[in-house]
Amino acid sequence: MTVQISTAAGRDRFVGSAISRVDGPAKVTGLAKYAGEFAAPDLAYGVVVSSAIAKGRIKGIDAAAAEAVPGVIKVITHENRPATSDKPEDYQDAVAPPGAPFQALASDRIVFSGQPVALVVAEDFETARYAASLVRVDYEVTAPQTDIAARTDDSYDPPMKREGIKPPPEPWGDASKAFDAAEIRVSAQYRMADEHHNPMEPHASTVVVEKDGTYTVYDKIQGVTNTHQYIGGAFGLKPEQVRVLNPYLGGGFGSGLRPQYQLFLAMLAARDLGRSVRVTLTRDQMWSFTYRSEAIQTIALGAEPNGKLTALKHDAVQGTSTYEDYQEVVVNWSGVLYECDNVALSYSLTKIDTPTPGDMRAPGAVTGVYAIETAMDELAYATGQDPIALRLKNYTDHDQTEDKPFGSKALKDCFRQGAERFGWSRRDPQPRSMREGRELVGWGMATGIWESMMMQSSAQAVLTADGRLEIGNQTGDLGTGTYTILTQIAADTLGLPLDHVTTKLGDTNLAQAPVAGGSWTAASSGTAVMKACRDIAEQAFRLARGLENSPLANVDFERVVFSNGRIEVTGDPSKSIALTDVLKASRTEKLEATGEAAPDKDFGEQYNAYTHSAIFAEVKIDEELGVVRCTRVVSAIAAGKIINLKTARSQILGGIVMGIGSALHEESMLDHRIGRFMNHNLGEYHVPVNADIHDIDVIFVDEEDKANPLGVKGLGEIGIVGVAAAISNAVFHATGKRIRHLPITIDKIVAEG
Amino acid sequence: MNRFDYVRPGTVAEAVQALGADPAARFIAGGTNLIDLMKYDVEKPGKLIDITRLPLGEIEERDGGLRIGALVTNAALAYDARIKERYPLLSSAILAGASAQLRNAASTGGNLLQRTRCYYFYDTATPCNKREPGTGCSAIGGVNRIHAILGASDQCIATHPSDMCVALAALEATVQVSGPQGDRAIPFAEFHRLPGDEPSRDTNLAPGEIIVAIDLPAQTFTTHYTYLKLRDRLSYAFALVSVAAALELDGQTIRTARLALGGVAHKPWRNGEAEALLQGQTATRKTFEAAADLILREAKPQSTNGFKIELARRAIVRGLEQAAAGTPQSQSDKRIQ
Amino acid sequence: MLIDSGSPGAVGTIGITLTINGERRELQVAPWTTLLDLLRERLDLTGTKKGCDHGQCGACTVLVNGTRINSCLTLAVMKDGAEITTVEGLAGLSQREGKNSLHPIQEAFVEHDAFQCGYCTPGQLCSSVGLMNEGHAKTRDEIREAMSGNICRCGAYTNIVDAIEEVMHQGDAR
Repeated sequence: MTVQISTAAGRDRFVGSAISRVDGPAKVTGLAKYAGEFAAPDLAYGVVVSSAIAKGRIKGIDAAAAEAVPGVIKVITHENRPATSDKPEDYQDAVAPPGAPFQALASDRIVFSGQPVALVVAEDFETARYAASLVRVDYEVTAPQTDIAARTDDSYDPPMKREGIKPPPEPWGDASKAFDAAEIRVSAQYRMADEHHNPMEPHASTVVVEKDGTYTVYDKIQGVTNTHQYIGGAFGLKPEQVRVLNPYLGGGFGSGLRPQYQLFLAMLAARDLGRSVRVTLTRDQMWSFTYRSEAIQTIALGAEPNGKLTALKHDAVQGTSTYEDYQEVVVNWSGVLYECDNVALSYSLTKIDTPTPGDMRAPGAVTGVYAIETAMDELAYATGQDPIALRLKNYTDHDQTEDKPFGSKALKDCFRQGAERFGWSRRDPQPRSMREGRELVGWGMATGIWESMMMQSSAQAVLTADGRLEIGNQTGDLGTGTYTILTQIAADTLGLPLDHVTTKLGDTNLAQAPVAGGSWTAASSGTAVMKACRDIAEQAFRLARGLENSPLANVDFERVVFSNGRIEVTGDPSKSIALTDVLKASRTEKLEATGEAAPDKDFGEQYNAYTHSAIFAEVKIDEELGVVRCTRVVSAIAAGKIINLKTARSQILGGIVMGIGSALHEESMLDHRIGRFMNHNLGEYHVPVNADIHDIDVIFVDEEDKANPLGVKGLGEIGIVGVAAAISNAVFHATGKRIRHLPITIDKIVAEG
Repeated sequence: MNRFDYVRPGTVAEAVQALGADPAARFIAGGTNLIDLMKYDVEKPGKLIDITRLPLGEIEERDGGLRIGALVTNAALAYDARIKERYPLLSSAILAGASAQLRNAASTGGNLLQRTRCYYFYDTATPCNKREPGTGCSAIGGVNRIHAILGASDQCIATHPSDMCVALAALEATVQVSGPQGDRAIPFAEFHRLPGDEPSRDTNLAPGEIIVAIDLPAQTFTTHYTYLKLRDRLSYAFALVSVAAALELDGQTIRTARLALGGVAHKPWRNGEAEALLQGQTATRKTFEAAADLILREAKPQSTNGFKIELARRAIVRGLEQAAAGTPQSQSDKRIQ
Repeated sequence: MLIDSGSPGAVGTIGITLTINGERRELQVAPWTTLLDLLRERLDLTGTKKGCDHGQCGACTVLVNGTRINSCLTLAVMKDGAEITTVEGLAGLSQREGKNSLHPIQEAFVEHDAFQCGYCTPGQLCSSVGLMNEGHAKTRDEIREAMSGNICRCGAYTNIVDAIEEVMHQGDAR
């Protein structure tokens, strides 16, 4: 079934326009509340004590001084930790990789630096913080291993594959032989840095113990269902004993996909003390779980002199923790992007003594596409081809890794429109050929790609007699604009004004929906909302047609349209009835429906679905001083239908800014002697600030896609993918120096001459 | 953060007395570094003496120069019309540092006393001779791309983080202090220390002393100056290397040269020999390179900061070029002149 | 001594007066309570955000006597007598000027989509008002630099500059 249902029973009025965020007023007045901000009577505060070592064991822990501080309620350590489930699988959340998830305070063993070793609970925050500083921990230290470059020999193919993560495809052709035989060969190693998500809101959980003994939990999570399931497993609670909410997230970027240890500790303390507890992590503690782990990548490209690829090899070794096999798709993109008869892709892991890495905005794609798109630029120079021409020469309309056509792929339009907006035709390809005053100017480009996904999702809708509609489900709005686009979809489907629609998210009392991640939310929740509203439309229509003297008598559903709060016969506005009148006249208090959305199996069997982009970047470089300024970025995006031009543009802007960070600034620096990230704060881990960001231009190219009835493909990740490559290619164009290790900081430019 | 007592004196004498009476006490003014360090348990004062109500918030004319009260905020100082007109180097250096919010809170005296940004100094999980004398220096052989290349010791390789102080060093300011033994003036070059074998001491302030003012001498550099700061992002980051350069030129001949470096040592770095070398010379790149080479002759790299030596050399040359050309670095337009 | 918290080691609190968003409040605070924690944990003014607690992100920016500062690095007791404006009070600021809706900068932020997750937004807004009060930044370069003390991880920077520019030009028109 690939027939496209109309987006709405009503006319598209809001969908496709640039509506301001519906949650905007709450956010600009400070009324939007985040997980660590909900009040509760008698709330206690927990502060986490973090391990000073990366590996070893706790020989002794002395909490006496902390416990003696007036106002301290309890200090929980591995020695006195109340029991929770003893089955490791009970701690496995919905997006957990294979392995045994970390459990806080489970034993005296230390497996990463910054691991929680105690929770100090007190009557107020300052008392807990002070007492936490008094907890003395005596360690037995084992030398940690955190340098993946020194551990590549021990790399392995993960025995258990992570659900939803495609392992590299079987090789086809003979890449090694073809590479050796190729006239043009490009081969290099590419490295980037470990990066941390650093959403502006540090992770926090407020666990409220209700009078009836149930728990209301406010948790920083990208989907309350995951927290709900985790608490149920770890604490042996029935679903009805726990309600999880998280109406607003202060950014996630993947860091909020899995329940983190502050939730476990807050829940542990609340259950133990029988009183409400809040645990908020410090910014420094944001380096003690989940990060984008560096991969050491090698790419070998063989080509004919005209640029046609004859061999493509892409190998990656990525770090994971000692206790879980985190996996992401790093190398497959090379096989999906370019047509080539001889391809070999490999991906392996190596274990290091850090927390388990996790999904961070476009996980794997940021890493792998950086490497392949830099290598393609190298090939462009090796063959004397324009970088766009080279990509067109190797363009493919079908996904070779699975031998399926793409459902849609408007990448050529991205190249064309992006190049035109950027002024690419004015580029002199010669490195070091463009200057402005003292600065070298460089123009580079790259392709971006992300898999377009959809997840099983439901949504509820209630239309009340006053003509107001409430919709919602459990998913989270990370700042992505989900509240707004769901409101638009609902308003259009039922022909209601925007301010008659209220969207509720992030509450386990609402309809089931998965975590918000992978760019699947617009497609999944959007379709579910549309279906729920369409169901209500049909119910309302049936009621209306059944009314005495109904203006819709003898009219089929297909012949009516929902508009301005009314059902009217298409082409004959004189025949119409207000929804409020329908409910009133039929003595109906409210109409309710639940919509279910799931990936279209038929479509999935026939097609593979990806979003694409073409990124063009300009850098200006003071070569002598090593200062790189990214002065201009144009990103042309092919991601199906755009529901909200304003919030969609913001999604892409955000991805580009994070991509600039990845290219030029961001680097979590490990001291391998002690296995500790040393620049664990926002002063020394440099995310881009306002002064780093100049002109950014976003283009959405038209693309019709039929994977779901809305025609959307998702936007959360695609904005960042390829940005680092475009910038590093621009740096090469400016300087003639190929820097294959991100971030491109002053020292690297200076070291090159 | 530890617990502490709090007092708020109304006079300098009261403040000095309060500090003298309690060795665990600390003055607090802007608080932008002290509270930061207290939250990391790096500083654990038993008492805070809030000096913000002392009458030290004025900028006054004095002996042809200006006397800046210790409590004048960094922002008030940078935007003061007299400073902008007569000491634009100082204004520029201040605006190159921190953020608008921090500059609005931070005081002049406090800026002199801000502590290093060495990762290990800040992290109580690691040994640090500056934080806990005798425990060792973790930065040596560790993550040290931001650390010192000049004047370091085998006890400490930290750098002084201030931008303002680099300009004050170049301008040859004087620090006025008051203490139990009375008032005294400390030439800026003698205010901060090198780590030596006592890295826990950042400055030569004697126990119980308070900074009351900074005196700027009559000599100003209003045309040929620059503050050039190189860092890991274009704003809101500490200097990898910074250069305060000020020249007086007679045609193309250098009559006076002042040069101070930030981000490279435990104190704003000056080299009298190099300044003397510039004097009387023609303002050419070659001259500047000779000065840079002289300054960096003694430079020593750590495991991962060797690039800073070459970067400093280039920054010195460019800074002097900017100063000589009368094209000071803009702190908002990030294109380097 | 103007103020003395009392005998060493005692958990003494100190009486202070703050005018917060136009409302005068008499408060007893411990010396170690930051202005940020006072607002968020004691006064339920959670609009002001804690992003780093060390003056490295700007999410906690509030206006003290019209000047923007990081409330995380400010002890409440030291601001005795001050007038504090938080994001919750910005609309009130413009109401005092005879308008009855949001502050123009709040409206401009919504219109220009100058935020996504909203967590840095209160700090960005207070910082924007502080910037305009200061009057030093006029060009886009200057605004970018003057707003660099407010990190936005969602990357709304260009929209933030657009919003500020628009409101500044409205001011010029008046």
